[in-house]
Amino acid sequence: MTAWRQWHLGILLGSVLLAFFGLIGLLAPLLAPHDPYQIPEGLQAFSLLSPRPDYWLGTDLLGRDLLSRILYGARVSLLVGVLVELVVTPVGATIGLFAGYFGGRMDAILMRITDAVMAFPALVLAIALTAVLERPGLLSVIIVLTAVRWTTVARLVRGQVLSLREAEHIAATVVLGAGRGRIIFRHLLPNCLAPILVAMTFGVASNILSEAGLGFLGLGVQPPTVSWGSLLAEGAVYLTVKPWLCIFPGLAITCTVLGFHVLGDGLRDILDPRLRS
Amino acid sequence: MGRYVLSRCRQVVPVLFGVTLITFLLIHVGLGDPVRAMMGQRSDPEIAARIRTEYGLDKPLWNQYTLYMGKLLVGDLGYSYRQRRPVSRVLAERLPATVRLAFAAMVVALLVGGIAGTIAAVRHNTLWDLLIMTLSLLGISTPVFWLGMMLILLFGVWLGWFPISGYGDGGFTHLVLPALTLGALQAGYIARMTRSALLEVLRQEYVQTARAKGLRERVVILKHALRNAILPVLTLAGIGLAELLAGAPLTEMVFAWPGLGRLLVSALGNRDIPVVLGATLLFALIYLGANFLVDLAYAAIDPRVELTKR
Repeated sequence: MTAWRQWHLGILLGSVLLAFFGLIGLLAPLLAPHDPYQIPEGLQAFSLLSPRPDYWLGTDLLGRDLLSRILYGARVSLLVGVLVELVVTPVGATIGLFAGYFGGRMDAILMRITDAVMAFPALVLAIALTAVLERPGLLSVIIVLTAVRWTTVARLVRGQVLSLREAEHIAATVVLGAGRGRIIFRHLLPNCLAPILVAMTFGVASNILSEAGLGFLGLGVQPPTVSWGSLLAEGAVYLTVKPWLCIFPGLAITCTVLGFHVLGDGLRDILDPRLRS
Repeated sequence: MGRYVLSRCRQVVPVLFGVTLITFLLIHVGLGDPVRAMMGQRSDPEIAARIRTEYGLDKPLWNQYTLYMGKLLVGDLGYSYRQRRPVSRVLAERLPATVRLAFAAMVVALLVGGIAGTIAAVRHNTLWDLLIMTLSLLGISTPVFWLGMMLILLFGVWLGWFPISGYGDGGFTHLVLPALTLGALQAGYIARMTRSALLEVLRQEYVQTARAKGLRERVVILKHALRNAILPVLTLAGIGLAELLAGAPLTEMVFAWPGLGRLLVSALGNRDIPVVLGATLLFALIYLGANFLVDLAYAAIDPRVELTKR
């Protein structure tokens, strides 16, 4: 098998996994066999059922269908993962572009701020920020993850700009009289897009894991909204007696994150000329 | 080497300043009015004003920051609302358990990741390579706390080999599952890095020369190739310590491990903000310190680093 085929295989496999989970999240209302929030009448008869034909993945303590809750949980987990990345990428890229292009004092100030934020382990800072925001929920998860995640893109873009700044085609545009804005956004930014795209793929994976971690600690989305992390937190209580409540949401997270990692690896192999050669 | 250490110190100082500034601002936003937080809603205005003056809370923000820094320098991180003791003492009690867990996890990661990555590189493009790379990809894709739960289920509940939670008497058996859980992610990264670094080195001419001299393959790999491939792995291990610390709250919660991470989460539940922020600051300082040490080790192993980074 040639290297090119291997890369394409990675992209194909990652895309298929992500398309699957993206679709089940998108079509959750159509696909879910039961209402994920509705507590059934005669609760005791439905509470903590093992997987069976009418409840494929079993039910939780309140008799709600786990499969339906996982389908709806996909919406929140993927939304957080993608949305946070869509916010942090432009913010981080702008900071990286300015720090790399202008250099000097601006670079020093921006990078010291970046270093200071990066010095905190991401989840630890996210926990501290959640303490400050007081009310955990979907919005606070997005705010907290955005506040701690922009640094990766900023560092990456700055590094790219530092090496590009000295390139001949950039020097030529300076000689031709192009303004700073034009050089930054028309010439430097497009050259950074490939590594940014790869970083975004891995970033979404990190965001999904962080959301799950915050959800597990009870700092993520709050009931009745479900995410994969909050499902794991609920299931953890019954780990030794009803393990499927933990196994299935965890598998969903792992497969989705795996999809993003495989896709990211494939994209990097294709977009990085050094690896291609 | 001395000049290099000095230059690294110069880079760390502004970051330390930034870290303390962030923590200070978080304290101010987080606590709102610290006097009210201490005394509750029904505080006597006169007593509140006296406390404000006593603690310097009536001074401008920059002045308060210098006071905060002064206290930090003597290890004063404030007072725990919940435990009614100095935060530094609360943290000092929990720190050894976290350091022990992080160290054990790093040993697991370096051993498992290093050996797996070496096998994958030596058996490049074979079933072994595919298997190890798939497992390492799974390692970095699995939520750390979920892996912990699955290990509890398999080795604790079903097989009964290891205790499922707690610190016990500090013995080895209680450490195994948390260390495996926390180390798995890093093992995945280290395996991938070891493989790619070793593959790169194995293509070098001096490795071909070693083979042409008739050296055994084991000697070529262990004495010639691996030694040169270890630098990027070492860097990754240094960065990995941050990941280990980031994973600590989750792992410690799953295994009821009495470390800093669990303290952080329970303090958050109790709204014990001084403890939350003290622990956060301590995590950042450990991370900065570890990275500093890795940089020094890096320079000690490879003289080129000292020259280029000076």
